[in-house]
Amino acid sequence: MNSVIEVNDTNKAFLNISQVDMVFPTPTGGFTALKNVNLQIKKGEFISLIGHSGCGKSTVLNIVAGLYQATKGGVLLQNKEVNEPGPERAVVFQNHSLLPWLTAYQNVELAVKQVFKNNMSKGEMKEWIEYNLKLVHMDHAMDKRPDEISGGMKQRVGIARALAMQPEVLLMDEPFGALDALTRAHMQDSLMEIQNELNNTVIMITHDVDEAVLLSDRIVMMTNGPEATIGEILDVKLERPRSRLSLAKDIEYNRLRSEVLTFLYEKQRKVENISSKAVAPNSVPRQRINHN
Amino acid sequence: MSSTTANISHLTSTEQIMKMFKNIFNKITNSMLLPMVGILIFLSLWSIAAQSIHTSLGEFPGPNAVVKQFSSLYDEHVAEQKKAEAFYMRLDKRNAAKLEKNPNYVAKVRAYTGKETFFDQIITSLVTVISGFLVAAIIAIPLGIWMGLSKKLNSAFNPIVQIFKPVSPLAWLPLVTMVVSALYVSDDPLVSKSFLTSMITVSLCSLWPMVINTSIGVSSIDSDLLNVSKVLRLPTHTHIQKIVIPASIPMIFTGMRLSFSVAWMVLIAAEMLAQNPGLGKFVWDEFQNGSSDSLARIMAAVVVIGFIGFLLDRGMLQLQRKVSWDKSSATV
Repeated sequence: MNSVIEVNDTNKAFLNISQVDMVFPTPTGGFTALKNVNLQIKKGEFISLIGHSGCGKSTVLNIVAGLYQATKGGVLLQNKEVNEPGPERAVVFQNHSLLPWLTAYQNVELAVKQVFKNNMSKGEMKEWIEYNLKLVHMDHAMDKRPDEISGGMKQRVGIARALAMQPEVLLMDEPFGALDALTRAHMQDSLMEIQNELNNTVIMITHDVDEAVLLSDRIVMMTNGPEATIGEILDVKLERPRSRLSLAKDIEYNRLRSEVLTFLYEKQRKVENISSKAVAPNSVPRQRINHN
Repeated sequence: MSSTTANISHLTSTEQIMKMFKNIFNKITNSMLLPMVGILIFLSLWSIAAQSIHTSLGEFPGPNAVVKQFSSLYDEHVAEQKKAEAFYMRLDKRNAAKLEKNPNYVAKVRAYTGKETFFDQIITSLVTVISGFLVAAIIAIPLGIWMGLSKKLNSAFNPIVQIFKPVSPLAWLPLVTMVVSALYVSDDPLVSKSFLTSMITVSLCSLWPMVINTSIGVSSIDSDLLNVSKVLRLPTHTHIQKIVIPASIPMIFTGMRLSFSVAWMVLIAAEMLAQNPGLGKFVWDEFQNGSSDSLARIMAAVVVIGFIGFLLDRGMLQLQRKVSWDKSSATV
């Protein structure tokens, strides 16, 4: 009971994104990317942000990371305001952003040395770096540089680097977007396995409906920009551990999947058509026919 | 059927061998044969042209005359070395004799003050250009990093850099000479004034390509890498040491190579006017000397200057290959 009350009380949420507006200055005046974004996240929750390109998903993530400052409103992490980037909100970037002159081990080491310089001995650091690389199954290629390993492996090292910071929130910006479908599935399984062990609080941006349903506890669907905001939130109450094979035939899984699809390709498309008046009314059914 | 397949596989293997030979042949042609052909054509055009140019110092030197002067320059060097050896032997003998007579005698050591040979002058030039370049690098690279990190600093300094960049060494030299004579006053100078003047002129001219390339390299670092640094909250010195410098190393080296070739070009002009005993002075002295061999000796110096410049650039390239993580940027 207590936990339910805590969740409902926005002041006590683990991570609280509160009334966030984001206006970017442009030569022709301000561009309002986000309008009144509100989201409360529990500890240990896995959240997916999904929406069409340019809807401001990355902007939300960057505000939580502290890389952007919200124009209005703000982010509270454990009731402390977020106003600069920091290792307690580790980011896994879309294109891995490993330092190309360092090996996998050294890339993780840079983070560990910075975060734990005061409370770990050299031996403990080494152990911790190796533990994290093992977690993402990269212990066999610790001494390889980024240009010597595949895209999926780079992303693994990126995740290991973020996990090694022992973040309170793990932020992932389309972590598997640049990977091929098979590698992506493999990475999703790895991520579920890690999540099962560490139970991190995660916000992940994705374009992939299956990925969102498979991995998340809640799927946050965003409306189209400008003035994008949260459209709907979908609870995913599928039992863990989840397996993509058995879920493929699961009724609940398919219902959730179609809800996300409906939001993305019907509700958000409709909004688009209404706002652009140049489109003739009878063009909507025609488009549908084309799709079929 | 089986015999046909055997034939085909046999055929392909001979074809492969042929292909291999062709590849090796192409490689040799490209790396050895064609450059040789180019050099031969150049040499014959040179000797033909030289024969038809008559100056007040005689015929313009062809390749043969230059080769002859090379060997005579070498002979002079050997002769001068022998003279120096003989001088020091005489000096030692005299000192030993005096010590025998008077045990309290403090031995006098005098340096040999013979004529500098061509090879001594090459060494002087190399020392001057390397010290001038190092001084420039010590100033330019930190300045470039600093300018690259801050847009404001870049706006403040960029006009100055752009204005000084095209200034010829010949314009700086009189100023540097006067400043050095005014400020560098010492009874027992560590280095000669002419060396200092040439070195500073070299520095002033080779500073700019390094500043510009370093600042461009630093300001164009991938924003993702900068975000990594921000998320980690790296302190400024760690940020510069771990992110900024490695990321801009390829551009820093591009700047260094440009600067070094500028430095070598500037040096010859600076030595001519400052009378620093290097290759520039050699050329000037031969010109003033005006003997029938002078032009051939100057031409020999030209060849040596070009060859050393080439070797210096290759040296920088090797250094870049060793130091930089980005091997792809370390190309000719």
